[in-house]
Amino acid sequence: MNIVVCVKYVPDATADRTFDSTDNTVDRVGVDGLLSELDEYAIEEALTITESGGGEVTVLTMGPAQAADAVRKSLQMGAHKGVHVLDDAIHGSDAAATSLVLAEAIKKLDHDLIITGMASTDGGMSVIPAMLAERLGIAQVTFASEIVVDGETVRIRRDGDVATETIEASTPLVLSVTDQSNEPRYPSFKGIMAAKKKPVETWSLTELGVDPAQVGLDSAWTKVTAYVARPPRTAGEIVTDEGDGGTKLVEFLASNKFV
Amino acid sequence: MAEVLVLVDHVEGAVSKPTLELLTLARRLGEPSAVLIGAGADAAHGALASHGAEKIYVLDAPELTEYLVAPKAEALAQLVADTSPAAVLLASSAEGKEIGGRLAIKCDSGIITDAVDVEAVDGGVQMTQSVFAGNFTVTSRVTKGTPIVTIKPNSTTPQEHPAAGTVETISVQVSDNAKGARITETKPRGKSGRPELTEAPIVVSGGRGTGGDFSEVEAFADSLGAAVGASRAAVDSGWYPHAFQVGQTGKTVSPQLYVATGISGAIQHRAGMQTSKTIVAVNKDEEAPIFELVDFGVVGNLKTVLPQATEAIVKRKG
Ligand SMILES: Cc1cc2nc3c(=O)[nH]c(=O)nc-3n(C[C@H](O)[C@H](O)[C@H](O)COP(=O)(O)OP(=O)(O)OC[C@H]3O[C@@H](n4cnc5c(N)ncnc54)[C@H](O)[C@@H]3O)c2cc1C
Ligand SMILES: Nc1ncnc2c1ncn2[C@@H]1O[C@H](COP(=O)(O)O)[C@@H](O)[C@H]1O
Repeated sequence: MNIVVCVKYVPDATADRTFDSTDNTVDRVGVDGLLSELDEYAIEEALTITESGGGEVTVLTMGPAQAADAVRKSLQMGAHKGVHVLDDAIHGSDAAATSLVLAEAIKKLDHDLIITGMASTDGGMSVIPAMLAERLGIAQVTFASEIVVDGETVRIRRDGDVATETIEASTPLVLSVTDQSNEPRYPSFKGIMAAKKKPVETWSLTELGVDPAQVGLDSAWTKVTAYVARPPRTAGEIVTDEGDGGTKLVEFLASNKFV
Repeated sequence: MAEVLVLVDHVEGAVSKPTLELLTLARRLGEPSAVLIGAGADAAHGALASHGAEKIYVLDAPELTEYLVAPKAEALAQLVADTSPAAVLLASSAEGKEIGGRLAIKCDSGIITDAVDVEAVDGGVQMTQSVFAGNFTVTSRVTKGTPIVTIKPNSTTPQEHPAAGTVETISVQVSDNAKGARITETKPRGKSGRPELTEAPIVVSGGRGTGGDFSEVEAFADSLGAAVGASRAAVDSGWYPHAFQVGQTGKTVSPQLYVATGISGAIQHRAGMQTSKTIVAVNKDEEAPIFELVDFGVVGNLKTVLPQATEAIVKRKG
């Protein structure tokens, strides 16, 4: 089974993430970035499936030059090859345009399964998988916590808010996996060395046959009109428990009418 | 006035609270029309009509619910084409986002997810979102097609607003292409007996610092009538079910009072609770980052602080 895993290069959540004040887009250049941690679960799932059933894992990313880091880390974990869609026209693309570019790239790659993370850790929309499926004319199952592949049939468990569902689908299929689905591996020394020899292709929009006028900030279907930093919380009162911590806590709650 | 389509989230006609919130918000943008897919129209009618649904589109064919979302997205796309609504509102659930994502592509329309507010501004629709772990508030607009918006639970208080609730039964043709993922089993989740995590005015959460025993956390929560939440460390250790996880990959809560006990306050945890009105923490490490957020903090052992607090609350309540 050949699997395409979509991975995103995102600003580090533990750094001071912000926006580019000139156009209200996410600052992807001034803030240190990395492979979205939630996409590691997608890579791990793909590796597990191909290790037992054969096939290759191709990682696909769309993003600025630095996004090559996300491809590299995926290859170090064990993915077989990488594709990086890189084009200046892409800057500022929204989910619709991202899904267009990724879908056109996927069409050029061998794919029985397409696996994504449950959400990117920056935009966090969780809509790319459904959009990809719509564009490719195939089914999708998102937020999978367990995946069992049996020939062309895929069985998925998903834990929703009100119920746990079992879903059955056939390949080709788009899946997104949660952080409950597995434990992503760390790249081994061997993996890091091997990654250096793995093929990575860089594609521009021309190679995908996507018109630059269909992507980027100016043709986005949504726009951020303003952003404001949340005012820092004012420092609260901190007491050290000297045998009366619980009592003091209740006094605070009572003075604020919670009890 | 233009219609605003609201996809009803329901189980056999029992309408969810977030749906009533969507209807309440929809009234700001136009005339709410509820879209009810599946069985249970009679049971749902009262709740929908009393919360502002002028029309209720009922679509009840087995193919719509046997398969995962694609048929529902087709049905909604047909309704969007027929009614040219001012917006389509959906709940920010896995299903809401799947349907919304597909619908956006089908209708060449922009989608905004996890909005916490919507307003009519300058003849358009403006959405407010909380992003980057709650560190920024962003306003945005859809610039193409029909605004498709998924809205977080608890973004507003449902308001009663009696409306006609005129039922229109719609028949739809589901394409074979949309029958790719079949739901073979649905196991409803048991109830905890406590308030719903995302709806509760008070949430008490426990983390790794509980050492695996949530009894002090639960007793304290119960004395306040609160919901119980957990950090991912506690969930990953198997101490509390994932449905109760607060944070980036769990639930976002925004209660009047959030009490974090034995939780360090990692950015991914903050992402799910940072917008709470009042924040309180109990942690034995005075350097724990959670203390940067709190209105009131106790540096101490939760195993002694919480039982003392519980006892004091029970006494006060007499
Ligand atoms: C992609 C991604 C997504 C994530 N999503 C989430 C998420 O949704 N939700 C989430 O919570 N985390 C999430 N995390 C994990 C997050 O980074 C932290 O690892 C996690 O929140 C830590 O949980 P904790 O605070 O319970 O544990 P720790 O960080 O280990 O903190 C335990 C705290 O308990 C205190 N303590 C210990 N004993 C006691 C005692 N007896 N009394 C009082 N205090 C005590 C300690 O001083 C310490 O501060 C995510 C991580 C990643 C990478
Ligand atoms: N620019 C991108 N390049 C590759 N994959 C992406 C990109 N954006 C989103 N994805 C994939 O889609 C998933 C969901 O993203 P999102 O809809 O932005 O939350 C991510 O976890 C990735 O797997």
